Amino acid sequence: MSISKGEHGTVRESLIQALHLILKADPALAEIVALTFRVSGIALLISAAVGIPLGAALGLRRFAGRRLLVSLLYTGMGFPPVVIGLIVYLLLSHNGPLGQWEAPFIPRLFTPSAMILAQTIISLPLVAGFTMAAVMGVDPLLRQQVLALGATQGQAVKAILSEARTGVIIALIAGFGSIISEVGAVMLVGGNIEHRTRVLTTAIVLETSKGNFELAMALGIILLGLSFLVNVALVYLQGRAIRE
Amino acid sequence: MSAPLYELDGVKRRYGNRTVLSIDQWQIAQGDFVALVGPNGAGKSTLLRLLNFIEPPSEGTLRYKGYAVGPRNAAPLALRREVTTVFQRPILLDRSVRANVAYGLRLRGQDRWPEKVQRALEQVGLANLAHRPARHLSGGEAQRVALARAIVLEPEVLLLDEPTANLDPYNARLIEEIVSALNRTRGTTIILVTHNIFQARRLARTVGLLLEGYLIEVGETERFFESPQDPRTAAFVRGEMIY
Ligand SMILES: Nc1ncnc2c1ncn2[C@@H]1O[C@H](COP(=O)(O)OP(=O)(O)O)[C@@H](O)[C@H]1O
Ligand SMILES: [Mg+2]
Repeated sequence: MSISKGEHGTVRESLIQALHLILKADPALAEIVALTFRVSGIALLISAAVGIPLGAALGLRRFAGRRLLVSLLYTGMGFPPVVIGLIVYLLLSHNGPLGQWEAPFIPRLFTPSAMILAQTIISLPLVAGFTMAAVMGVDPLLRQQVLALGATQGQAVKAILSEARTGVIIALIAGFGSIISEVGAVMLVGGNIEHRTRVLTTAIVLETSKGNFELAMALGIILLGLSFLVNVALVYLQGRAIRE
Repeated sequence: MSAPLYELDGVKRRYGNRTVLSIDQWQIAQGDFVALVGPNGAGKSTLLRLLNFIEPPSEGTLRYKGYAVGPRNAAPLALRREVTTVFQRPILLDRSVRANVAYGLRLRGQDRWPEKVQRALEQVGLANLAHRPARHLSGGEAQRVALARAIVLEPEVLLLDEPTANLDPYNARLIEEIVSALNRTRGTTIILVTHNIFQARRLARTVGLLLEGYLIEVGETERFFESPQDPRTAAFVRGEMIY
């Protein structure tokens, strides 16, 4: 991205520059956007795959250790992402407990996988916590009613999640929002390496520090626009689910 | 006489260490229309949950078509699917009316459901509301959808837990008529929990009084009301029981 820097870039100029970058399909920008979505998308998928069942179980079942788990979840929902980044950094660093191993499933520091790990840890509690709240808001008699209509236990859980779908979608939106906009953790564990681990937020930080305010702003606008599009898609999904 | 549909043998249901239901012996004949009366907290809803195999008994044996359900052996899904319940509050899914009525059929993986759903909706007089969101129905309409959703399954047994308690007389009467017709024409076994002793007398062939978890008296409707054997039944029938 070699765009002239404006000393006092206005929002209007940034908007024009953002449009410029998008319209000419700037390859450097495309690379950054693609990585941003790959990292946050995979992290959200993992969070959903683990967090939705976990949230449903916490909302529907009473078991030993549930209170402790819920307290941990609440803590996780408000945990500073940069601290999670630091912990993952220490775990994965050369003489950290995980970094020492050479196992293939343990991500290496300064790779997209390390960023996915950190973002998963950030978004998982949000997805699970909001899912739990949504499930607990469903009429407790619904389970009895669908069982009486012949549902298996699994079908009953599915019906409850489907009734709680607005809340579950909000859980996904909150989880996605927490990581697509996050900068501290990805900076620490990813390192903002050009062509390898640079994402929109870390690029914004970099361009700002170089004084390229217009470009930074343009990237910010692109980030906003893209995350708006994702949310529109999720809301659309929710609307479609309601109509059968 | 043919074998009973249900046979309860020393059936108890406990929550924590509180026994809320305790029935020594009771048999329900296939095709019967039973009304269960009794004050709040008598264990009527609990009994229906057992009869729908949603909960197992804590003790004793509940036989259905000879299959024994006990604390350690739940009813197989196929048996549970022969029975269904309409509750006092119609808990509809946040979907269209049609989708609600189709729900049980879909669970069973049945195709051919559009015609069945249409017929069930016609039976409850709501064919014109098929595409409405269920959330927007009135109380009476919602309960009729709940009934349609049950009868579309062509159950062997239909359990009703105070189905008309919240309804206006028109809707209450409509539901009574549909349920009676189901019993008469299809031979569906009906077990109706009601607070309304007039309703019990009007509809049922057999009436039972449940009190604090005990089945005090069960008998043929006319005899239950005209010559109750137990003084508590007599008090209940005369409306003297305070609850
Ligand atoms: N899931 C449950 N856990 C604990 N107590 C229950 C539960 N369900 C019912 N009870 C208790 O069992 C008793 C009988 O309840 P219920 O069967 O609902 O009575 P009824 O339907 O005759 O009003 C009540 O005292 C109620 O509080
Ligand atoms: Mg009840």
